[in-house]
Amino acid sequence: MFMLRRIKFLLDITHNRDIMRRYVVVNGFDGALTMLGLIIGFIVSEADDLSVIISVCLGAAIALGMSGLSSAYISESAERKHALGKLEQAMISDLRESAHGDASRWVPLLTALVNGLSPLLISLLILSPIALSIAGVPLPFSPLYSAIVIALLLIFLLGVFLGSIAQISWLRSGLQTLFVAIVTVILIYLIAGS
Amino acid sequence: MVYVKRIVLDVLKPHQPNTLEFSQRIAGVGIDYRVHLIVLEVDENTETVQIEITANTIDFAAVQAVIKDLGGSLHSIDEVEVCNEAEIQNEVEAD
Repeated sequence: MFMLRRIKFLLDITHNRDIMRRYVVVNGFDGALTMLGLIIGFIVSEADDLSVIISVCLGAAIALGMSGLSSAYISESAERKHALGKLEQAMISDLRESAHGDASRWVPLLTALVNGLSPLLISLLILSPIALSIAGVPLPFSPLYSAIVIALLLIFLLGVFLGSIAQISWLRSGLQTLFVAIVTVILIYLIAGS
Repeated sequence: MVYVKRIVLDVLKPHQPNTLEFSQRIAGVGIDYRVHLIVLEVDENTETVQIEITANTIDFAAVQAVIKDLGGSLHSIDEVEVCNEAEIQNEVEAD
């Protein structure tokens, strides 16, 4: 409980909550669209070996996660160090032992975790029908089409989440992100399918 | 026994945490702590505040630790009110 309160406090004093929320959506959207693109690519190329499909998709998901983790840590770490240095200059004192010092160490790590886990978890959710099918669980639809439905649903939900932040119509916002996903699918079919 | 009842501090603090959170954290040092904070000056990254703390027994070291944890810097102790509780007790009994 104390730990959670401290994390909330550190995020508040650095105004990092908004940045993390943005990372969840942006990178989650990246993860979902990448998985959608890969699966459509497999359908277009008529690949039917599910173990190959899941390996390729997992590889991409892990790479997206690692990319999000490392890029956010490096950039946030530099930003927080810069902000701490500026504050120390203004305060004419060493703030390493203060909450601001803790924030410069922990906030980049937390931001990196959010940035890395968001695309990874969304990708894993999208890949779950393929994993279930490999494990022998019977599905009502083909695993690849089930994965596409989950991807579209998650993309729609990310839009709904954005709509609730911006306090605009959740349906309109959800349909906007869904539109982007559908345009992506059409483009893949047009370019890769020909 | 001599107790510190009231202190007025001159503190330089960053804008974050804000004055409300800053006062609440100081008041959180003890159950009967009363904090009165006045912003004296606001700069680009910092603000100078005057903090008046009243309590039955002020734990000055704990107050100082909280101010430091919040990134503040204690510039001066402007006013102090201390009280010898035993003397008061004796005076009451003498009356």
